[in-house]
This record gives sequence, C-alpha cells and structure tokens, in this order.
Amino acid sequence: MTDAPGANGAEPLLAVEGLHVAFHGPDGAVEVLNGVDFALARGEVLCLLGESGSGKSVTLRTILRLHNPKRTRVSGAVRFAGQDVLGLGERAMSQLRGGDIALIFQEPATAFDPVYSVGRQIVETIRRHKSVSEAAAWARAVELFQRVQIPSPERRLRAYPHELSGGMRQRAMIALALSCNPSLLLADEPTTALDATVQIQILLLLRRLQQEYGLSVIFVSHDIGVATEIADRIAVMYAGRIVEMGPVREVIRAPLHPYTQGLLGSTVRKGMRARRLNAIPGAPPNLAALPPGCSFAPRCPHAEPRCTAAVPEPIAPAPGQLVRCIRAPLA
Amino acid sequence: MSGAPASGAAVPLLAVEGLKKHFPILGGLLRRPVAWVQAVDGIDFAVAPGETLGVVGESGCGKSTTARLLMHLVAPDAGTVRFGGRAINAPGGIGLSELRRQMQMVFQDSYASLNPRLTVADTIASAPAGHGMKRADAQRLAHDLLARVGLEPALFLRRYPHELSGGQRQRVNIARALALSPRLLILDEAVSALDKSVEAQVLNLLLDLKDDLGLTYIFISHDLNVVQFISDRVMVMYLGRVVEIGPVEAIYAEPAHPYTRALLDSMPAMDPDRRTTEPPLSGDPPNPINPPSGCRFRTRCTFAEAVCTAREPALDTVAGAKFAGHHAACHMARAGSGHSKAPAPGAGGDSANPVTAGARP
Ligand SMILES: Nc1ncnc2c1ncn2[C@@H]1O[C@H](COP(=O)(O)OP(=O)(O)OP(=O)(O)O)[C@@H](O)[C@H]1O
Ligand SMILES: Nc1ncnc2c1ncn2[C@@H]1O[C@H](COP(=O)(O)OP(=O)(O)OP(=O)(O)O)[C@@H](O)[C@H]1O
Ligand code: SF4
Ligand SMILES: [Mg+2]
Ligand SMILES: [Mg+2]
Repeated sequence: MTDAPGANGAEPLLAVEGLHVAFHGPDGAVEVLNGVDFALARGEVLCLLGESGSGKSVTLRTILRLHNPKRTRVSGAVRFAGQDVLGLGERAMSQLRGGDIALIFQEPATAFDPVYSVGRQIVETIRRHKSVSEAAAWARAVELFQRVQIPSPERRLRAYPHELSGGMRQRAMIALALSCNPSLLLADEPTTALDATVQIQILLLLRRLQQEYGLSVIFVSHDIGVATEIADRIAVMYAGRIVEMGPVREVIRAPLHPYTQGLLGSTVRKGMRARRLNAIPGAPPNLAALPPGCSFAPRCPHAEPRCTAAVPEPIAPAPGQLVRCIRAPLA
Repeated sequence: MSGAPASGAAVPLLAVEGLKKHFPILGGLLRRPVAWVQAVDGIDFAVAPGETLGVVGESGCGKSTTARLLMHLVAPDAGTVRFGGRAINAPGGIGLSELRRQMQMVFQDSYASLNPRLTVADTIASAPAGHGMKRADAQRLAHDLLARVGLEPALFLRRYPHELSGGQRQRVNIARALALSPRLLILDEAVSALDKSVEAQVLNLLLDLKDDLGLTYIFISHDLNVVQFISDRVMVMYLGRVVEIGPVEAIYAEPAHPYTRALLDSMPAMDPDRRTTEPPLSGDPPNPINPPSGCRFRTRCTFAEAVCTAREPALDTVAGAKFAGHHAACHMARAGSGHSKAPAPGAGGDSANPVTAGARP
C-alpha cells in the first residue's frame, strides 16, 4: 500500500523516538520500554508483534498518554502531525484522544458504559468533539453503523452493550472509534478474544475501512497469522525494544533477528503433523532484571560475548528494514 | 456406529453415547428455569487407546462441558460413558475415584488451577498421597515427574506458583495430572494461554510424554493448526452437537461439513500474498438457548435448502468418503437425503465433495 516512511521523503504522521517508559512499583522503578523508535506514514498499517509483556500495549498507551503520570516516568519523543504529544497540555491531549487518534482494544465491554445505549454514547462522543445537532450526530451514528456492516443499524443503536453479540460489540466499538474521523487508529488486539469465524470478519472489515478512510493504523497482536493478514510493515518487540522491523513479506519470509526466526520456527502452521518443534528454549526475561546487552542473548543459539557487552545498535540491512543483532548483515 | 475410532481396536478406551447436558436459566421471583442452554445435546464418540482426539468448535459449542461430563465434574442429563468397556458410576462399573485416577484433566488457566499456598512438590504429591502413597514415596514421585516435564527438581520443588512463569506453571499442572499414572489426559485449551515460543515447548513435551507413557489424549483447542499438529482424529462441534468427526487427514483435506470448511477457511493466511478476501461466514454463532430447528448450522450455511430446516441431519458415514471412519452431520453427505447436492442413492464413491469444490488452491 505505502512505502516505508521516509522512502518518499514525506513527513510521517507519527514518529516515536527513543521512547523509554518506567513504572514505579514497591521495589523501585521497572523499565518496560527501553528505547522504542519507529515512524508511521499516512495510510500505513504497522503491526507490533510480540509476546506477552514485551511492551506492545504500553507503547500504544504512551502515545495517548493514558498512564498515571505520578507512577510513570516517560522520556523520548512522540510526534503526531507536527505536534509534540508528550509536551501537549491536558486539554489539547483530550481533544486528540478519541478525536484525531482513536483506540480500540480487545474487550469492547470496557469501551462502552453498560447503562447507556451504544447509540447515545456514540452521539455524545461526536458532540464532544464537534458542534453538531443531536439529529445530525444520530444520522452520523447510523451511517457509521452501516459502514461497519451492522444490520438494522437504527435498532442496534438503541441497544445496550450487553444486548449485542461479541462480534457486533466489536463492530460498534470500531464505529465509536471512527466517529470523529481519526487519522490514526490504535488497535490493541481487537480480534484476540473473538471466535475464528468472527475474527476474520473483523480483520477484513478493518482492512476495508483503513483503505476507504486512508487511516494509519498501529495494530498490536501476538499472532503472526493476524499480522500477516493486516500489516504493511511488522515491528517485532522483545523485552521493551523493537528488535526487527520491515515490510511484512521480508519479516515473514526472511526474518533477520534470531528471536523472529525462533518465533516463526516454533509457530505451528497449517499442515504440520506431530514432529518435534524447534522451540526457543527458556522464557522471556524478567523486566526488573534485564540481562546485559541483547535481551534475547540468554535464549539465543548464536549468542557470543559481544552480544552481552552492549545493547546491539539498530542496523539497516536494506532501506525500510531494521534489526538489532550483531550478526545482522550490513546494507 | 457413528464416531467409532478408525483404528478398529476391539474395545475403545472411552466410548460415549447420547451424552447430554442442558443448563437451566433461572428467572422470575421463584428462580425457576425459564430456558435451557443446550450445552451438550446428545453426542456420540469414541477414543481408541493411544490415540489423540482433537476437539474444535467456536466458543460455547460445548467443548468444556463435554470434558467436564467425561470427568463427572458435572452429572449428565442422559447418556453413557464407558471407560475401558466399563460404564461409569453404574452397578458393576467403574467408580468415580477409580475414574479420576485413570482420567485426568489440564485446564487453560494454569494459575487458577494451582493452590497458591502449596509448593510445587506438595502440589504434585498431594493426589498420590491422598490415594494412600507414603509421604516419602510421593515426594520422590514429585521429584521424578518434575524432571520428566523438563523442570530441574532442585530449582523448582520448593517454589510456589507465583514464582513460576506461565509455561512453568503449565508444566507443573501436567506433572500433577500425571501423578496418578492416568491412561487418558483431557487437555482443555492447555496451551492456549501460552506465548508461542513456550507453547512449542509444551507441545514437544506432550508428544514425548505420549510416546514414553503410551498416553491417550483428548485435546481441546480453538487453534486449528495446533489441533492438526497433535491429533490422530478430530471432532468438530457446533451448538452442542458433533457435526463432523474423522481422521485428521479427512477433516483437513476433505471436510464434508460446510461448518468445518468455514472454520478452516477462517484461519489467517500466513502468506501476505494470499490474504483472505472474503469472510467464509457472516454473523456470530447463534445462541445455544434456542438453537435453530433442523440442522443447527443452517442459519449460517451457504448450502442450506428446505430439507435442512425440515429435518436434522444425523451424524453418519460420509457418502463416498475417502477415509474410513469419516462421519458428518450434513444432508449433503448423505445419499438420497433430498438435498440437491447430495449424491444420488447408490452412487459410486467418486462423487465430488460439494464442500471442497471450489476450495482455495
Ligand atoms: N500500569 C502499569 N504499571 C506497572 N507495570 C505495567 C503497567 N502496564 C504494563 N506494565 C508492565 O509492563 C510490561 C509490558 O506490558 P504490556 O502491557 O505493554 O505488554 P504487552 O506486550 O501488551 O503484553 P500482552 O500480550 O500480554 O498484552 C509488562 O511487564 C507489564 O506487567
Ligand atoms: N454451569 C453452567 N451453567 C449455565 N450455563 C453453562 C454452564 N456451563 C456452561 N454453560 C453454557 O453452556 C454452553 C457451552 O459451554 P462450554 O464451556 O462447554 O463451551 P466451550 O465450547 O468450552 O467454549 P469456549 O471455547 O468458550 O471454552 C455455553 O453457552 C455456556 O455459557
Ligand atoms: S444440512 Fe443443510 S444447512 Fe446443514 S450444513 Fe448441510 S447443507 Fe448446510
Ligand atoms: Mg497487551
Ligand atoms: Mg471451553
């Protein structure tokens, strides 16, 4: 769909630079993001792929500044459409949330208040961001429900969240997210809790809406198949860092980082029958006590002394590709 | 005999007939049943010794209820379960405590199923101790089983559940399930909560254990790739019924039920150049409270005809099946059913499978 940002010289819609996030806990601060860098072009879909605890959700939540500032230490930069997001005032920030930047997530139940109809909540969201009449906002809500392919939209708008099925609630949440014409959609595992036949419906819907509206999307997933269905580019996260990033084809077919290689090698695919898998040994590291140097070194079959001496710098083996491994080929 | 194991073993390890469980939905001031959830609605299947039966189907189709019925954690409304040829909880049959020694279960939520106040050693040793094993012997068994599931006993015996990772906890759960030397292990989404890199480790462990101990598995999962990987035969459920069962090759290469085909086609592509373009099914699975008449799948089925509303298709041998023991509950799979795509009565075995016709290359 789009070239990697920078490839055509255009200003990216979103740029995240050197992002560090630490949470204060009873045992001191725990660094959960250890320098995250990426840029997102207009109309591009980037998938953050990684295992539990790798920092995918924290990355999204930091872009929207949803963490409690008293308990969180953030450094680095987030630039969105020319604005310095981390420096914005609280009012400008709340205009951005649910306005220009929308968020959808795994459990739509938490996006809606159970005591109001979904239509009422969409109308309110629209009117909070735009001065339009109640009737105009309602008409817009009906149109949105049609866009997300909810049958009988008028009736469904009057329903309470619990009266909708799982797939329908997810569509309603997408409609809510689109209600203020965002340019950036942050999607945190929006299909993970859905049944297989419903998941593919929602993925195809998101792909269509993304194209129709020219949305930029950051899609978080731990499922390689889902990432392959939706992403232009994939960024693989491990222990709070992006260890590999590149176009979906390259990452899936010729992964460069040993972690990505291990992840692909240990994923059961169609047609595989009972033979031992090449599992990655061990488990992801404890973030409170990260190993020195490359965080993957303790599990890596290629680790050598250089790996633990310092965190490997990102290398660009080809334009638009990036990998943090000392063994990576140079361009 | 629908659902008989393909292996033709004389006595299946497990034989299930007409198993049924409806849960009441209570309402009104008197908390009387106002409706019934048809969680499991009359299912038949069998499992041969040493085989792995995979169970798939969408959320709420009755997979876990089936597992709990087999373990007798909930009492069935109707039906019989035989273990090694003996009826369960019937005169002259197999008692519950004996059954739970022979049949063990591992759940998805590895944390909730472990007692936070017991060490790993005591967790594994408690069931054998409860069955009268001497304390020292039970502790030695815990040591051996921990090594067996790939956890260094010296490092892990004294740990508590909160000191373990998800994959380590699931290994402890498996060790605990093995402590009474069961013959059948029911794994209900046992690897679903694990990260992919850890899931692979646990799947390897399950393969090794099966080889070494001659175990029989019932493997419940929503991940069709993992089910194909581990199963000898696969059972597909929809709204409390078995819609298809057969050898893994038959189910994945020659699905005879449109629901099975749709499930398979709903799997993400894993190839950026062959992305899915059309959703195989629309809408959500209907509610098991008032399932549709006739074929329960007809409301989402692209092949549905009048006969599908009028009559419920029985689970029976697929007409022209290429694999022995391949059964499906669809009018298209039955010669002379009245469905326009069903083979004519007496037709040979070479009739085209309407469900796979036009399959994705
Ligand atoms: N508000 C918080 N306070 C303290 N620690 C947090 C907070 N939010 C997240 N963390 C920790 O930060 C790390 C990264 O969490 P994050 O939610 O980003 O993981 P994730 O990649 O989204 O994983 P998952 O796939 O499980 O959703 C984890 O160790 C998590 O426990
Ligand atoms: N104790 C219970 N009381 C009432 N309804 C129940 C009970 N247990 C299960 N059900 C209902 O029975 C149906 C089948 O549930 P079951 O847990 O067997 O499904 P499942 O196939 O295991 O689904 P999942 O994939 O979500 O685990 C569901 O509609 C469920 O809500
Ligand atoms: S019996 Fe009819 S409705 Fe049911 S699956 Fe077969 S064709 Fe479809
Ligand atoms: Mg997350
Ligand atoms: Mg279940």
